[in-house]
Amino acid sequence: MKITLTVNGTKYERDVEPRTLLAYFLREECGQTGTHVGCDTSSCGCCVVVLDGERAVKSCAMFAVQAEGHEILTVEGLAAGGTLHALQQGFWDQHGLQCGYCTPGMLLTSYALLKHNASPSEADIREGLSGNLCRCTGYQNIVKAVQQAAGVLRQPAAVAV
Amino acid sequence: MIPAAFDYLRAHTADEAFAYLQQHGAEARVLAGGQSLIPAMRFRLARPAVLVDINSLSDLSYLRINGTVLAIGAIARDSDIERAPWIGERRWSLIHDTSRVVADPVVRQMGTVVGSLCHNDPAGDWTTTALASRAAVVVRGQGGTRKVPIDEFLVDSFATAVGEGEMALGAEFPVPDDRTAGSYQKVERKVGDYATAAAAVQVSLNADGTIRAAGVALSAAGACAVRVGEAERLLVGQKPSAALIRAAADAASTRSQPQADLRGTVEYKKHLAGVLVARGLGQALARLGGQA
Repeated sequence: MKITLTVNGTKYERDVEPRTLLAYFLREECGQTGTHVGCDTSSCGCCVVVLDGERAVKSCAMFAVQAEGHEILTVEGLAAGGTLHALQQGFWDQHGLQCGYCTPGMLLTSYALLKHNASPSEADIREGLSGNLCRCTGYQNIVKAVQQAAGVLRQPAAVAV
Repeated sequence: MIPAAFDYLRAHTADEAFAYLQQHGAEARVLAGGQSLIPAMRFRLARPAVLVDINSLSDLSYLRINGTVLAIGAIARDSDIERAPWIGERRWSLIHDTSRVVADPVVRQMGTVVGSLCHNDPAGDWTTTALASRAAVVVRGQGGTRKVPIDEFLVDSFATAVGEGEMALGAEFPVPDDRTAGSYQKVERKVGDYATAAAAVQVSLNADGTIRAAGVALSAAGACAVRVGEAERLLVGQKPSAALIRAAADAASTRSQPQADLRGTVEYKKHLAGVLVARGLGQALARLGGQA
């Protein structure tokens, strides 16, 4: 089945089997391997991508054919012109990762969270990230990273990405 | 963990979706949020030959209060409910509570209320809340559209009143009156796990403080969500008291028929059902400003 969708601003036209999951489409057809497959059963959140700029979705629980005509943002699309997105900078500064496997999903879930709530409380952040598992950090520094990014993005001078 | 092959049909109107379902009958499944169906297909627990994708049917994405009912379209997402402007009103507290504990926040971006009702998982949240709220599901069949009360809709584990070739268009939750509050109490090992036990309660009071109406239902306590009719009968007409709550909780514990699994023994889960009903009633009554 022929589908066309936009990934990080680039249009992809591909012929796929309907059973192709979006996570695998992104990795194998688009070469965007920043989207990780963790549990493969929509429990861990490693495969989260952002649909149409505001909705975080688990790409292992969505077929690529469902993304026809939609825009997908993956971790590769976060940095602009070599400058890290405020969330990426926050994870860097606050040591929000160790092995890094969950990080793309954490970043994109946080991206959508901040779209809906620019000033989340710590509880909001913890609740918002409760569908994303990290086995290294104990979450403390992930929460700090998102708090830092939220602060930066609230600055009037911040460039909306 | 790749699903079995299937034919994918994207419907652009409800009529088209219905025509596809009529054409393919038992072979076909509706794809709404897909948050239960797609994992089930990946485990090959479900192998539909045809998927009818209804996600493009923007006329079924509605979430609106129509006079006496809250109407929820087949592709209204769980996250739409969490963000509804009226959701903070006390009368919607049962639905508000539920909307915040279904699966996890990312799954709720795609998952739908109506899809959850149609999936009818024994540990479902919306099915339980629908029972306590006395909701109904709007089903389109060959003979037209009919409204099925939730008690008749939930037939058995993963089985509903939606027949072959039929389609659920939406759900209707009665708008509770002002003196109504509810609570959803769920124990799960971790966010996104199946409930070990969960209870939905909703209570409406008369002006004199006696209970006018009560809804009490349990999740993970039988083949599908169960209404605790005995607890409802005990509550109605009475003034809330600790003894009354205790009696309703005992009725829930007795009614619960859970399966033993890694989450707990039958005895533990039956006990928990009573505890959660007591907590839920306490919280609902506290929200109404009465004694807990």
